[in-house]
Amino acid sequence: MLAMPLLLGAEKPVLVPDVSQREVEIVYSFTGAELLLFGAILYPEGRVPGRGEKPAEIAVVVEGPLQLVLVREKAKVAGIWVNADRMRYRSVPSFYAIASSKPIRSLVDDRTRAIYEFGTDSLQLSPASGATPDEQVRFDRGLVDLRRRAGLYYEAPGAVEISQGVLYRARVRIPARVPVGRYTAETFLIRDGRVLAAAIRPIEIRKSGFERFVASAAQHHALLYGLVAVALSIGFGWAAGAWWGRR
Amino acid sequence: MDLYLPIANLSVNAVVIVLLGLGVGLLSGMFGVGGGFLTTPLLIFYGIPPTVAAASAASQVTGASVSGVFAHFRRGGVDVRMGMVLVVGGILGSLAGAGLFALLQASGQIDTVIGIVYVLMLGSIGGLMLTESIQALRAEKGYRPKPRRRRHHPLVAALPLRWRFYRSGLYISPLAPLLLGFATGILTVLLGVGGGFVLVPAMLYLLGMSVQVVVGTSLFQILFVTAAATLVHATTTKAVDIVLAALLLLGSVMGAQIGARLASKTKPEHLRLALALIVLAVAARMLLGLAWRPDEIYSVELQ
Repeated sequence: MLAMPLLLGAEKPVLVPDVSQREVEIVYSFTGAELLLFGAILYPEGRVPGRGEKPAEIAVVVEGPLQLVLVREKAKVAGIWVNADRMRYRSVPSFYAIASSKPIRSLVDDRTRAIYEFGTDSLQLSPASGATPDEQVRFDRGLVDLRRRAGLYYEAPGAVEISQGVLYRARVRIPARVPVGRYTAETFLIRDGRVLAAAIRPIEIRKSGFERFVASAAQHHALLYGLVAVALSIGFGWAAGAWWGRR
Repeated sequence: MDLYLPIANLSVNAVVIVLLGLGVGLLSGMFGVGGGFLTTPLLIFYGIPPTVAAASAASQVTGASVSGVFAHFRRGGVDVRMGMVLVVGGILGSLAGAGLFALLQASGQIDTVIGIVYVLMLGSIGGLMLTESIQALRAEKGYRPKPRRRRHHPLVAALPLRWRFYRSGLYISPLAPLLLGFATGILTVLLGVGGGFVLVPAMLYLLGMSVQVVVGTSLFQILFVTAAATLVHATTTKAVDIVLAALLLLGSVMGAQIGARLASKTKPEHLRLALALIVLAVAARMLLGLAWRPDEIYSVELQ
């Protein structure tokens, strides 16, 4: 196994990534999580690019589970704002963050950004309905802008630190309002505008304890859950009435 | 104090939600309105998904009504017979409303319809109540005894079959409150509100019920209809967040008790004037929301 990097080609460096948490548990006090993504760059024959050579850069992309969404656009019709137009998308990431050691636009060209989905404007959202390119751009922008302001999509240029050319680390914040599911953290090694190596690590975000119990009860025992909710409201109201009535 | 809501999938400040419940509960106890017409928009404004907001607000309204109903029962302010007729109408109406809701949701126009219905309903009712309560207050200032002629609407008198409602001091057809209940049932599901702000004025001005039992009886109807709506949401949209509901309840049940006490110390004319102003303010805010360019042109719906 140790010989693997050598066999794969003497020219290419290899990434050895890791992540601080493989699993993020959502409990009552969950207000988001901060992931630490770190690792090493293994250069062939241990030769770190020296002075005068262009150093390698790192970009880390954390992506949430893909969603099927319907985006609606409001327009003014007869004096009031109504949902006028809509567009369906098949693969919209529920969360997207890109951290890099330098602004991603200065590392690679637009074509590479489009291929690797580097940057919030390069996401492949797969619109399902046949719309004109103008319309599609408009809706893409609306959707990305909405998610960006909700803190669900962001770019963090300069958030990756590389020490001595071989060790890197990045902090990526995941806000509280993300869905549960399987997330991926993908690390890319970039030099001279080319992606030299990539490695992927999964991260599982899930509810645990009481939160998990409530979510599963609401899903699988809906009627019972509803009855409990009604009983709870009546109980609360009755208790307050009885307590105040005695005074 | 941050707390994670397991169904809404986000964390909120628990204190803010409890205070919100307290404020709404206060209004609920004072005026006999469920308060859903305030809770739902405020929760959405706070960032809670609209379906979760509506579904959880319904159960909060249930809780606020229970303590209100208890408080009014002690004062003899509930006409149970009238209440039962309204409940039957309300449950039938909420079933009809559920169908309408699904239809509008599929077409994507549910928000606009909600906005327009709110503006029309609240605007006309608020205006009616405002003029009436100002007239009442003026009459009082001039030391003229207010002509106390409670009469129900001629249309109500035209309906066949008459029942006696002793507490309300009425001898009218049960079809009138049944239809009224039906209409509020539709509103409960459609707008995610208890319908008290429609019910109270309608009981006063259409049915001509005695003022002393209007608030208690409307709370009685709201109690049952919102409980039914919570069950409908739990089984269909699965959007009832029990943690959110508990936080709202904590504040609102206390608020409802305080409100009921304040109401018994305040003149009914003043109460109606205050409610009219609140209703008109919400209507004006809704109208602005329809006519002004919204903050968000785009909205995302998960499929």
